[in-house]
Parts: sequence; structure tokens; C-alpha cells
Amino acid sequence: MSNDALMVKARNVHKRFGHLEVLNGINLEVALGQVVCVIGPSGSGKSTFLRCINHLEKIDAGTIKVDGELVGYRQRGERLFELSEREVAERRRAIGMVFQHFNLFPHMTALENVMEGPVQVLRRPKEEVRRRAREILGQVGLSDKEANYPSQLSGGQQQRVAIARALAMQPKLMLFDEPTSALDPELVGDVLGVMRKLAESGMTMIVVTHEIGFAREVGDKLIFMDGGVIVEEGNPREVLSNPSHDRTRSFLSKVL
Amino acid sequence: MVAIAVLVAMAAHAVLTNQRFNWSLEGQYFLSAQILHGVSVTLELTVASMAIGVVLGVVLAIMRLSPNPVVSGSAWVYVWGFRGTPLLVQLLLWANLGALFPTLGLGVPFGPEFVTRQTFTLIPGVIAALLGLGLNEAAYMSEIVRAGILSVGEGQVEAAASIGMRRMSIMRRIVLPQAMRVIVPPTGNETISMLKSTSLVAYVPYVELLFATQNIYTRNYQVMPMLIMASIWYLLITSVLMVGQFYIERHYARGAMRALPPTPMQKLRARAAQLNSAIR
Repeated sequence: MSNDALMVKARNVHKRFGHLEVLNGINLEVALGQVVCVIGPSGSGKSTFLRCINHLEKIDAGTIKVDGELVGYRQRGERLFELSEREVAERRRAIGMVFQHFNLFPHMTALENVMEGPVQVLRRPKEEVRRRAREILGQVGLSDKEANYPSQLSGGQQQRVAIARALAMQPKLMLFDEPTSALDPELVGDVLGVMRKLAESGMTMIVVTHEIGFAREVGDKLIFMDGGVIVEEGNPREVLSNPSHDRTRSFLSKVL
Repeated sequence: MVAIAVLVAMAAHAVLTNQRFNWSLEGQYFLSAQILHGVSVTLELTVASMAIGVVLGVVLAIMRLSPNPVVSGSAWVYVWGFRGTPLLVQLLLWANLGALFPTLGLGVPFGPEFVTRQTFTLIPGVIAALLGLGLNEAAYMSEIVRAGILSVGEGQVEAAASIGMRRMSIMRRIVLPQAMRVIVPPTGNETISMLKSTSLVAYVPYVELLFATQNIYTRNYQVMPMLIMASIWYLLITSVLMVGQFYIERHYARGAMRALPPTPMQKLRARAAQLNSAIR
């Protein structure tokens, strides 16, 4: 694979919280258009790694490049220097993120939530943004909910607005941090449906999830993390049906 | 219940029949030009000082939460100083600044000055009053705003950051509007407190309600009746402010509560309906 087709390239990423080693040398490559699902027990570092990719967490060693650029840092010789607040914000524009608890802005309607980024960050004219935001809300199946506040929407609807809010920035990469874990079981399908459509449209995605079925059917690559390292990675069907590590096997036996 | 009613009746009787309260005199001065001027100055000082306090308080709260230790440190020192000394002392310090710095000027630091003025002409009573009240209030408001900012979940900041928003616009667009629910009730409290604190300005000196009252009783020697009259004015304005506070709080509860708290009129009607059915 040639280097320029790589969307994400993580090299030997380390992250500590105090004395706790949360990430202990993560290496990962995600190709353009690839959908990578990350599974693993809680505390395995999978969410932390995802948050490092758009610099919501600083890393203590290693490098993460998105589309060929370091995220949050500038390299001079062997050393990394943290970018200014403005530069970090600029690089985050290209990376969409969807959170476990949606984190919609509760004082704005669904439409306003989706418009906030393009208007405030990209400084696009409001009318054009409104048209585009309506289109995106239509794509996630919420055309009729644009005037509703988050508190008036179900969890599944809120999460789809959150996806629309991220998509409005026209990101090159989408990060999903357990997007269905806080949802009632009957609402999970709608959100996964939107994510599946997004994957089919060619979006590069990294999805931390417990939805093994989604990982099997939509994922191009499955990663099993435990104890801050990638224990096993490969084709989802192969890893799920024939795991090569004991830790993967014992984890899968609990969740399947 | 009966004991309380008897006590209230006794107190009312004592107050109304005691000639020394001199109620007619109070009625005579209640709407006099001097007192009304004092009331309007008191109201103006309250509004202007609160405005200074709120604006500066928001700035200080944001500074206090800055990752830059110099910025957050200076905000901490400000709050430490202005909250740690009595308001009356601060007012007197501003009023007598001329004793320390006879002239104030604009110019190159440590270099020549372009404009120089006598301090006492630059800081008349009203400016001293506004500086004293406003800067002191800012220290308290900054803590209230900081509490409000901290009440907004970290997830909101992260979500805004993830769409590429910068720290200041996250604060302005996402955090502060949500923090209002926590900020408004204690700010109403502060406004009522400020109304009464303006009476300290009488010692700057600057003519507000208390000073106007004192002007009258130093001439007619009716100290108690005049002070009671001033108290009634303060109570009256406080009552109006309380009504305002209730409705502002109710407004910001929208979206956060399933059902809004009832207005006093709604409560009264509900109580009357209850009584009605109890009698039947």
C-alpha cells in the first residue's frame, strides 16, 4: 500500500494517566475509505486511543498522523512540540467525532446543532449552511425533527443528529466512540443503519464498539485491544470465527 | 398559630399607636424631591455597579479557568484582594485616592505624560462609588460565573472542540448560555445585596437614599422615623427585584425542567380551589 493512501498512521503511541499506562505502544494504519472497528474489554484503552487521534488527549510518546499530518504536534528533528490552540482547532475540522453520550448542544435545535460548525468555524454563509444542514438531516432520517431540541428527541435520534453535526464539517475521517452503548436496544438499529450507509459512501471510519455484528458486516478490519496494546487485528470474519489469541477468545466468548 | 397572631397584633398595635413613630412625618417626606432623588441615585448605582460587576466577573471567571498560570493567577489575586477587604474600606480608599496619588496621567510608562489631571477632579464621588461597588462586585460575580461554567459538562466542550471550535467561541456559544441557569439565581441575590450596599456610598460621600435621609434627620432630629422611611423604600425596591428574579429564573428553567414552577398567582388559585373543596 502506498503511503499517500493512508488516512491514519499511528506509530508506537504511549499514553499515561499518572502511573497508569493506558496505551502501551499502539501501531495502526487505516487506509483511505477503510472502516476499522475496535473492540476490547473496558479499560483496554480503546476509547483513549480514539480520543488521541483528534488530540482530545495528549500522547506521551509516539506519533499519530491523519492524512499525512501530525495531529496536535509539530515535529522538529526528533522532538515533538504541541501546536497552538488555533492550529489544533484547525486540524480537528477534518476529523469528525461521535460520542457515547451524544453531547448535543442542549440549548440549540437539531438544525442549529448541525449548522454550528460550518457557520462558526468555517464562516460559511448561513443560508447555504441551512440548506446543506437540512440535506444532511434528511440523510440521517430526521428531516421532520429539525426544530426539536435535543431533550425532545430519543437517544437514537440524538445520536443521528450528532452524526449529522460531525458530517456537516465534511470530515475526511470519522471517529465513533461507542456510539450505540447508551441507547435502548430497539434504537441501536437506526444509528447503525446510518453508520452503514456512511461506510458504503466511502467514508474512512474508526469505530469503537461492542456491536460485534456491525463489526463483522461493515468493518474492513477488526482490532482487539487489551491492556493498552493491540492484541490481534485482521479481517473481522476471520478474527471473530477463528481468534488466534487466548485473550481474544475469552473476550469473544463473553460478548458473543 | 393563635400565639403568633396575638404577637403580631400586639406589635402592630404598639407600632401604630406610638406617637414617636411619627407616621404622618414619614408620609410627608416619602415622596419628597430629596428622597426621590436619593432613590433614583440608589437605583442607578445598583444597575451600573451590577453591570460593571457582571461584565468584569465574566472576564475574571474565564481568566481564572485559563490554562495559562499568569492569567489565572492574576484573576485569583484580584478575587483575593477585593473579596478579602471590606467594601466600605474599598469605597473610602477610592474616594481618598488623591491622598496617595495627587495627580493621575496618561503617558509612556516611566516616561513623559501627555495628560495629567488632579485625582480629585478625575474621581468625583460618583466614580469612586462605581469603582468601589463595581470592582468589589466583580470579585463575587467571578466566583458565581465560575461555578456556572464548571456546571457545564466536559462533554459539551469536547463536542464543540471536535467540530473545530476554538476555546473562546466554545465559551461564548456553548458554555456560557448553558451556565446561565446556574448563574442567574445567585446574581439576583447579588443585585438585592447591591441595592443595600449602595447605602455605604453615603460615606464616600455621595448623595443616595441613605445620605438624603440623613440630610433630613440632621435638620428635623426625627432619626428613627426617617430611617424607617428609608427602610420601607429599600424593602419596596427589593420586593420589585424579587418578582423580577422569580420570572427570570423561570425563563431559564425552560427546556431544563419538564414543568415550570407555578407563578404566585397560580399557587394562590390552586390554594383557593383546595380551600373551596375542603369547605364543601
